[in-house]
Amino acid sequence: MIEVKELSKSYGGKLAVDHISFTANDGEILGFLGPNGAGKSTTMNIITGYLSCSGGAALINGVDVLEDPIGAKMNIGYLPEQPPLYQDMTVNEYLNFVYGLKRCKMPKRSHLGEIKALSQIEDVQNRVIRNLSKGYKQRVGLAQALVGNPNTLILDEPTVGLDPKQIIEIRSLIKKLGRNHTVILSSHILPEVQAVCDRIVVIDKGKLIANDTAENLSKNLSADHKLTVRIEGAEKDVKPILRQIPDMVEVRVLRETEMGVFEYELNAKEGADIRREVFKRMAARNMPILYMKGSELTLEEIFLKLTTGDFYGNVEDRGGEDE
Amino acid sequence: MTAIMKREIASYFTSPLGYVFIAVFYGFSGLFLWLGCLKAGQSDMSVVFSMMFFIMLIMIPILTMRTMADDKRQKTDQLTLTSPVSLFGIVAGKFLAAFAVFFCGVLIMLIYAVFLAMAVKNSGGAFDWAVFWGNFTGMILMGGVFISLGIFISNLTENQMIAAVGAIGANLALCMFDLISGYIGSEAVKNVLNGLSVYYKYNEFTVGIFSLKNVVFFLSLIVIFNFLTMRFIERRRWS
Repeated sequence: MIEVKELSKSYGGKLAVDHISFTANDGEILGFLGPNGAGKSTTMNIITGYLSCSGGAALINGVDVLEDPIGAKMNIGYLPEQPPLYQDMTVNEYLNFVYGLKRCKMPKRSHLGEIKALSQIEDVQNRVIRNLSKGYKQRVGLAQALVGNPNTLILDEPTVGLDPKQIIEIRSLIKKLGRNHTVILSSHILPEVQAVCDRIVVIDKGKLIANDTAENLSKNLSADHKLTVRIEGAEKDVKPILRQIPDMVEVRVLRETEMGVFEYELNAKEGADIRREVFKRMAARNMPILYMKGSELTLEEIFLKLTTGDFYGNVEDRGGEDE
Repeated sequence: MTAIMKREIASYFTSPLGYVFIAVFYGFSGLFLWLGCLKAGQSDMSVVFSMMFFIMLIMIPILTMRTMADDKRQKTDQLTLTSPVSLFGIVAGKFLAAFAVFFCGVLIMLIYAVFLAMAVKNSGGAFDWAVFWGNFTGMILMGGVFISLGIFISNLTENQMIAAVGAIGANLALCMFDLISGYIGSEAVKNVLNGLSVYYKYNEFTVGIFSLKNVVFFLSLIVIFNFLTMRFIERRRWS
């Protein structure tokens, strides 16, 4: 378990991390999102004990990283933004070194063999790291974090530089690891966070701005009372019917999507759910609804909304994106 | 600590660095032995030790230039500093590794001494082992000081070249104290400067004076520089 309490870090008077608190529970994969320079890597560096913090605390399984660094670090596997690889060593030499460095007690050969198989680097195990491709280097970096089977893994953009097939493999590996590890994963790739993570923490300019599951974030930020519908029938017939629905504020015609099918944006009063009413009234007039979508947000939209405050402009464009 | 030490030693010998250091060390000590002992027809190796001071002054910074700088450049310090290893373990591991390579170089002096002793014995004389051991200890301590200072300087930069040049400069500065003291009238200042001078103390070893005071002085310098290295790593974390 990782607990971050009121963590802050200032660089020369500027707060890079501003009183952030969150918890990653056992067996949970926590996604760490934020624009460039938001303080993601700094936070991860503090949790792993690479940097100190100016205030607050980071606890790994209840052990404070600052007070008992060695005790806390025993339980951490860390893959930094740039994998910390010694370029002049072979993969095997490197993993053996990490094994010694982390003072592992597990049977060496089988443990390292298992890790090499998991991260799929068996076919390069005797090659010098300098000559490996970016994807392999990334995987050796991940393998390094797994040595000693630490129960918390902190991965800073683990899929950078991998090809699509490898990305899928690493993602499923992380998901698998997430069952018995606590994982914090930072990423710029939003679908990745959505696919892998149980919960999402969004930080911006050093401040924590969201901490919830992807669905909850989407639900909370969505405007429930907004609907996009496509209805077959002449625009001039449909519009008045829609307008008569109680709580309706605004009906806008967006465009004609097929012959005789128009797309509308319906804006009801806040808190009102008009979906059933729309269905009933259209059904009564024999005007089939071909498409109806509430305005749940995709992760991209959540991210943009949270980090820029610019939200409605994006939502209005969504009609086009759905095609 | 052992893991770091083993890795460092291995890296000295996977790159040419370790071999170059040892080759230069052997080459120059051989040259000085030939000039100072064989050609001059004397068995006292003090002259060789005295000359080797300057080789150490230049070559040890080359040996230590990557220790910390390269870790920072390649970001491998993110691995060592987030592993369950103490700062002492990291610095001591690196110090001992560089020292081990240096010691491989120094061992050649022992071989020279054995051959000289045999030659002296054949001609009916006696080799002065006491003077040799004094010199040998002096060289090891001096090397230790240069290594710890080199690691300290390497920790200040990411650039190996700057680390090497900076360490050579720092080594020279350490030896400058008694040069400067020659120009100073005040006896008190002169005494302080002489007291701080490593070259002066190293030469005491080479002329056969083995004083515990000097041994303690060198050992304290090694401890101080290694301690400073640890403090500076810590400072970087807090900045």
